[in-house]
This record gives sequence, structure tokens and C-alpha cells, in this order.
Amino acid sequence: MRDVAVVSYAASSVAKETEFNEVEIIVPVIHNAIAESGIPKADIGFVCSGSIDYLFGGPFAFVAGVDAVGAVPPIRESHVEMDAAWALYEAWCYIQTGEIDSALIYGFSKGSIGDPFDLLTMQADPYYTIPLWPSTSDMAALQARAFMERTGRTERDLAEVAARAQRNAVTNPYAVRADANATADAMLATAMVSDPLRESDLYPVSDGAVAVVIAADDVARSVSKRPAWIRGLDHRIEAHSLGVRDISTSVSTSLAARHAGVSGAPVDIAELHAQFSHEELLLAEALGLDSSTTINPSGGPLASNVIMAAGLARIGEIATRITAGAANRGVAHATSGPCLQQNLVCVLEGV
Amino acid sequence: MGANLAAVVGVGQTKHRSSRKDVSMAGLLREAAMEALADAGMTWADIDAVVIGKAPDMFEGVAMPELYLADALGAVGKPMMRVHTAGSVGGSTAIVATKLVTSGIHKRVLTVGFEKQSESNATWGLSVPMPFSAQLAAGAGGYFAPLIRGYIYRSGAPRNTGHVVAVKDRKAALRNPKAHLHIPDISLEMVEASPMLWDPIRYLDTCPSSDGAMALVIGAEDVADASAGPVAWVHGMAMRSEPTMFARRDQVNPLAGRACAKDLYTQAGITNPREDFDCAEVYVPFSWYEPMWLENLGFCPEGDGWKLTQAGATAPDGDIPWNPSGGVLSSNPIGASGMVRFGEAAQQVRERAGDYQVELKTGRTLGHAYGGGSQFFSMWVVANHKPSS
Amino acid sequence: MSEAFQSKHVLEYPGGYTRSVGPVIGRFLTGLRDGRLVAVRTPTGKVVVPPTEYDPVTSESVGGADADFVEVGPAGTVTTWTWVHKVRPGKQPLDHPFAFALIRPDGADTAMLGAVAASGPEAMQTGMRVVPHWNVNRNGTLRDIAAWVPLPEGAAIPEAPARPLVEGEAPVTGVVQPIRLDYTVTAGAALTRYLEGLAQGKILGGRSPNSDEVYAASRGTDPKTGDPTSIEVEVADRGAITTFCIVNIPGLSALAPPVPFVSAHILLDGANNTFFGLIRGCEVDEVRMGMRVKAKWADVLKPDHTSILHWEPTGEPDAPYESYKDYI
Repeated sequence: MRDVAVVSYAASSVAKETEFNEVEIIVPVIHNAIAESGIPKADIGFVCSGSIDYLFGGPFAFVAGVDAVGAVPPIRESHVEMDAAWALYEAWCYIQTGEIDSALIYGFSKGSIGDPFDLLTMQADPYYTIPLWPSTSDMAALQARAFMERTGRTERDLAEVAARAQRNAVTNPYAVRADANATADAMLATAMVSDPLRESDLYPVSDGAVAVVIAADDVARSVSKRPAWIRGLDHRIEAHSLGVRDISTSVSTSLAARHAGVSGAPVDIAELHAQFSHEELLLAEALGLDSSTTINPSGGPLASNVIMAAGLARIGEIATRITAGAANRGVAHATSGPCLQQNLVCVLEGV
Repeated sequence: MGANLAAVVGVGQTKHRSSRKDVSMAGLLREAAMEALADAGMTWADIDAVVIGKAPDMFEGVAMPELYLADALGAVGKPMMRVHTAGSVGGSTAIVATKLVTSGIHKRVLTVGFEKQSESNATWGLSVPMPFSAQLAAGAGGYFAPLIRGYIYRSGAPRNTGHVVAVKDRKAALRNPKAHLHIPDISLEMVEASPMLWDPIRYLDTCPSSDGAMALVIGAEDVADASAGPVAWVHGMAMRSEPTMFARRDQVNPLAGRACAKDLYTQAGITNPREDFDCAEVYVPFSWYEPMWLENLGFCPEGDGWKLTQAGATAPDGDIPWNPSGGVLSSNPIGASGMVRFGEAAQQVRERAGDYQVELKTGRTLGHAYGGGSQFFSMWVVANHKPSS
Repeated sequence: MSEAFQSKHVLEYPGGYTRSVGPVIGRFLTGLRDGRLVAVRTPTGKVVVPPTEYDPVTSESVGGADADFVEVGPAGTVTTWTWVHKVRPGKQPLDHPFAFALIRPDGADTAMLGAVAASGPEAMQTGMRVVPHWNVNRNGTLRDIAAWVPLPEGAAIPEAPARPLVEGEAPVTGVVQPIRLDYTVTAGAALTRYLEGLAQGKILGGRSPNSDEVYAASRGTDPKTGDPTSIEVEVADRGAITTFCIVNIPGLSALAPPVPFVSAHILLDGANNTFFGLIRGCEVDEVRMGMRVKAKWADVLKPDHTSILHWEPTGEPDAPYESYKDYI
């Protein structure tokens, strides 16, 4: 396998973007990611994006993104209707073929375009689930209770996660929800939405974009003093229906972690795509992380959750800290689908 | 090409119909996928990863259907991906799946492209009225008809050139039991008598709206070597994109298509596509796109595409058959159509094309797809022999 | 920060999606109509409800219409639940707060999603027993179960109420699924500026700082480079038709013009791109490539596309092909 590293990360995120449309949101983020990478735009071998039409309101959300990239002369380009973390996976595979040495990956959405907890019900089984229309927080709550009843975790445990996320988010420039003084008691005072999940257990609606540049071998070494090397990258999916799988845990996360080699050495930091507070506890368990790992130092998706980009943001957040020398080994996680149906695990190291 | 070889080791496709009322969405995909697995001599358990592709989710009203389809397609406990690159998606999905193999990461990858257009209406799905956009272009035909007029003006092509293609591809489809349209008495007169929808496009110059799925099993070199049946070796894969609109953009003969073909031919050692290929399966959703793409893909000098069509060069018995399966003009489940082109190209070099098999001389064929406003391209070259290293 | 134009937007396929369901889902839906819960025994021996055409782990086929269908429940056990405080009326089964639960019907190895009508979250508990409360009028959809209700210990399991017999009724083969999604869409900064220009009778364009090329109705970037078209330029409200088509089939939109009409690419004087325009003021067969046209402005200008009613011939000599051949 070729050594591939994350060499730049850029993002934007606000609670509600009323001035700019999707393309206008993407432009500066892509520009910053390319500029920070140190790789001339014309030398970037491939561009891959992640987006979803149902958070755009019409077909072909990704097409306008090509305008933001600037694609004359024509570029090698692809798109997944998945979180952009999977776009990074596609680009990483492409680099492994030896045909290209670098790639730009980006994801974007405007969650505020509607009620994303409602709109993403469209991800469910069209015959057996969509007709009943559980919101995504309703489905998450079914998992939360199953997890809590198996492990004995309490609503206060969830509140502690939510409060820590808001405190960590204070230093995160992309956070749309942050509070240096957040406490579990304050979280427990927020309104119940999908029992046992409260307002503070749900991700804040976010608009924005995330872009990352990855590069192989000497290209990465030439542009970065300390590239964040991707040492393991794997993703797995489970059966769809909530009633046929054990939602009190995340088998696919554990499987992806094993294939990505998470347990090979100590993990300094982890950024988990936990959109609901219980998911952080559930995922940490599935990944085999213990208290020696700092989890979601950015505040994670409870601080900012640009759907279709938040998984890629986890990889960027880990890479930034490794490149800055703040950590040696980190784990980034991305998820897709109701109740953590599909999970991607990326192990990044500074050496 | 990368260091690792890959080949198509199994092909399956549904019967394409305007409405497959007999199956669910999962049932439609499984019909193609199980046929491909059986063709490859494999079971669900043999597959390492699954990659699906389709056009906009609004056609079926399911967001990111790979989630709902994971257990229908043998993906539980495995990696699964969903590609969406507009009309080129069937081709780009096959390419993403193949790169999972040429990267050395996986040995056996199942890929499926599909569309079940009868769940809604393709014209609605392609042009959902959005605020702040002027509602004028009426469907895909309204978009492409002005470009076809531009081609006719530029090339001086006779006005019936498109009709020649419309007849040729429908006649070819009569030999393909899985094709959607079977019009036994198709003729130039019938096409010329069909309603003028978007002048210069007549009704029979257009593709149908179909339900259908296409599946391929991609195997690594050792898997292909051990395959009991014939395989189609991948000699080259390329994708290119350009913006829908930019200053002085050539929309008739797009730069992205020319750049994509050039890259592809370099990989596969193609110097004269008309001679080097035994046939081509090319995305021709409106009949006029055959002469337009003949030029874009370098089968002839610019301006001469219509001459090949008119001379019968692209007919099944011509020197370079285009779309011997009947093509997109005979079956168009949008998200599958590109993969159907890629898969039909593979079936020809595997000599599995049944009554529409062409004679193999070079043993190489071209699969092609495009999408958006003629701006997204994906192509591959497959052959009955391994690439020379 | 200025605010761009916002607009409500509804995404809804008229009439609802027509879902064909195949033999296995169809059997389940037919069972619901009969007031029964039908499961399938998969090749691995697992009893799956609602039934799928495949084993949920191995993907092996259950055998389609010839599968081993078994009746389960109707009573079942709650395996997990949530109390829905924020109800989505019209979309969800109940219009007042209720529970969603995963319910394992007796005899099944899997659980199914259901709405439970209970008095409140305090009445819900994992492990509790529930039964379907069937509608009298059932037509083979998920909503044939109005809701699940708690089953007190020792209580008899209620039968589904008889529904009127329909002579010659066929098994369920499809469902119609209406879906309505509501959005508020932003025009964005560049398009808002363009629309504001229309309200002043101007067609605004943009030029990027590193190019001489002008984009009429710029989308905010130079698509060649991705750089912002930050320099505002006014272009003429007249130009030449580069190519066109005559549309003879009506559009789906209520705003679509009556047929036949001409849809043309117009190269405006001072711009380096074309855009679509509706041509009026002459017969459709008089329209030609190179024809000079000008905007017909509405009497009352507004910041939207209706400010330009259509484009009509100016009567000037046609533009020579050389002048626009690079714009097709």
C-alpha cells in the first residue's frame, strides 16, 4: 500500500446561512484547502465530493459544485451520495492504484434548508419505515434506550457528554453551539424531544462545507513538515432494519476498527461522528477506546454537524492536531444511515 | 492502469421494461445481481465489497438507497458505496468498483446500477421546479435539442441522420431479449411520422423511460485467471468532468469527452478507434448523439460522424458496430444505462452477446457513458486478453 | 451581511410514488388487510417480520412467492422505545404524543417498528406486551394498524375487526406513497444581485478579476477557475440567438408557456456565455440561428425572472455565424 496523508483541512459552519447558496459556501472552503495544501491546483489528480439531494430540495446538488472547483481544462472528478468521508475513501483507493498522487475531497449541505431530522427519514426503508415516518431523532432514541438498558448508562451520562462537547467547542472556530460553562444539569433542563434524547443530545442544525487534500508519499512529504498519515481506513455496513440487528451496539464500527488496526497502539485522540450524545459512548465502546483517549476535542458533531461533511470533518480535525504536533495517533470515525448503520474508521499517525 | 489487473468475471441484467410492476426495488436489483453472481460462479459470501450507482434519489423517493439495500445485496459486514454522477453514473460506478480491485484492496467486487423510473416520472425527477430558476427547458429533450441543431448546422449533416440511428438501434434491439423497446416494423418512415417533440428531435429519436438494473462482478487477476467462464479484461478507465456552462464552451463536441477519450486510449494503446475496436457501446439517448459522439470519441474527423452513420459503418454488419445491443435508444433505466454500456461491451469480448454478438478481430470494445449537460464522462476499454505490460 | 432572497419550496411528486412491492412485501401487506401479521422463515431458519425477500444477514433468497410464510403475533414484546414529544402530524400514525417502539411479535426472531398509543412515557417499558389496534377499513398498507396498544397481563388478545368482504379482491401488489417535504431555499448572493438588477431593468453579469470574460447572470464564480466573479458588469438586453429548439410538448410546470414555443440560447452583447430565453414576436418557424433579439420587459419590474417576459426579434440583420460559433 502507498503511504497517503492528509495535508490540509478547511471548513465553514454556521447555524443558518442566509446570504450564500451551496456553491458560494463551497468556494472559499475549497480555495483555503488547496492553498493550505501547498499543492498547485493544476497538480491535484482527482476531485471527489459528497452531498445529498434531499438537503438541496432538488436533483443534482453536486453538479454546481463543479463550478466552485473550476474545471477547465476538464478534471478527473466523481461524487458519492454519501458523507464525504466516503469520497475520501474513494480518492484513497484511487491513489492506491498508483495513477494519481493527490486528491481534493469536499462535502457540503445546508441543514437549515428544512428540518433535517424530518428530511432524512427519507433514508429509511421505503416500504416498512417511511410510511410510519419516524424522525431521525426518534430512531436514534430507540438506539439510545437499547444502549442505556444494556450498559446501565443514564440520562445524566448522556448529559455529561453533551456538556463536555459544548465546553470543548469553545475553541472550535466552526462550532455553532458552544458554551464554556455548560453543565450536565443545564443539559438535563433542556426539552425532551425523543425520550430519552433531549434538545442538547441532538446535533445542532448546521450549514457549511468541509474540504480536505490528501497526497501520497513524497508529494505529502514535500508540502508538509508533519503529514497526518492514513495508517488504516475501512468501512462496513449492517443490515438496514432496526429490528434485525442489535442496535445496542455497533458491530460494523467494531469490524471497521479491526480492519483499520485501531487497537495496534495507544490512541491519543478520537473524533467520532456522534450526532446524538449516546452515540459517543456507544462508539467509544465499539472502537475499544478507554479514558486514555481524548474524545471529540473539537466538540464533535454536537458542536457542528454539516451533514454529508461532518464525517470528513472528523478526519480533518484529527489530521490538524497531528500535524500541529498535539497528538501522535488518532482515530476518526464517520457514520451513515439510521442508528449508525454504516461506519468508517480512519487511523491517522504523525510518523 | 495501476499495478493490478482486473476483469469482468460476471454480468447480469434485468429485463428492462417501462414498468416492472412485478418486483420491489430490492427485487429488481437482486434479479441482476444474482444473475451476475451465477455467471461468475459465486455466491453472496464470495463478494468483498458492493458499489451501487443510480441517478437522483427523487426518482424512487428513497434517500441514499444503499442503506435500505445493504442486506438485499449481500453487503452486511462489508464495505458498501453509492456513486451518483448524473447520467454517467452507471459507467463511473463500474469504474469505482474496478478501482477497488486495481488498488489491490479487494479481490471480488459486486457493482449494480439501477433505476426504477416507474415509481415516479423521469421528466419530473430530472427537472423538479426549484425557486429562483427560470422554468423553460422542457425535460432532457429541451436541453439537448438546441445542441443537436448546432451540430446539424456545423456539420451539414442530412436531416434524416438521426432517424437512421433510431432505426438501426431499434432493429438491433430485436435481437436482444432484455431490451425494453421491441418495434418489429421500425422504419425510417415510422420515425419520420412520429411526433416532433423538440424540433429537431422526433419522438422515435428519443430513448424510453425504463425500469431496470445491471450488475457486474469485478475480479482481480487471480480470480479472473481461475474463472471457469470467459472474462473481460479492463485495459483502461477514464472519467472527466467540466462545468455545465463556461465562456466559449463547446457544448456540441465537449472538451471533457475528448480529454476523457484521449486519456483512455493512451492507457489502452488505442491509436485508431475505428479499427482498434470490434464494437462500441456508447450512451446515445437521442439518436443524433451517435454522429456527435463518433466525432467526440475520435472515430472520425470532426464533421464526419454523420457520414459513418449514413454509410452504415455503425450498423451491426458495418465495420465498427455501435450499440449492437440496441443501446440507450432501446432501454434507458437512467442509473443503469451507463453500466449496461460497460457490461454489453464486456459481453461482446466474452462472446456472450447471443444473437447480437459481433465478430471479434482485435478482441477490444469500448463502453461509454455521459451525463449532466454533456459534462460528465466515464469510459472503459475491455478485451478478451490481458493488457500487455 | 446582507440577506439573499429566500423562498418556500415544496418537494412532492404529484399523486405520490407508485411502489410495486413484489411477492414478499405484497404478502405482508395482504396479511395486514386480512388483520394478520405475516412473517417469513429464511433459509437460515430465522423468522423475519416484516418479511424481506432475503435473509437479512446472508442475503439468500427466501423463495419469492413460494417462501415459507408463517403467521406471527399479533401480540408482541417491546424491545426498545422512545416517546415522541415532537409529533409530525399527517406524516406519523398519530397526531398526539405517542411512542415509537421496536416490537417483537410472538413467534418472530426480529422486531418491527410500530407506533404505540399509550397514556404517556411513564406507561412505557421495555419488555411490555402490546397488540395491534386494527383499523376496520384496511387496504393493505402499514396504516392498517392504527397503532399498537398495551396488553394488560391476562387480557385476551383482541381479534382484528371484520372488514367488508370485497368480491374477487386480488393480493396487494403495490402501494401509493405520498411524500411532501418542505424547504426554505436561498437564492444566494450572486443570483439575488442578478434578480435585483432585473427589478431595475438591467441584466447584470460578473467578471472574475483574472479574466476578461463576462458571465451574464453569473452564478458567483468563474466556472473555469472557481474564482469569484467579483466585478459587476452590466450587459446589453439584446443579443443573438446561437441555437434553439421548437418545443411542442407542454412542460410540467404551471409557468411553462403554451406550445409550440421556441427555447433559445442567446449570446447577449457584452457577455461570453449564453442562457436560455423564450422567443416570441414571430412565428416559431421564422426563428433562426444568428437572429438578433431583445428583451421584452414586463410593465411592472420585480426581482424575479418574470421581469423579462420573453425575447423578440429586433429586425437588425442576423449576426454572422463567425461571431457566435464558439458559443454553441
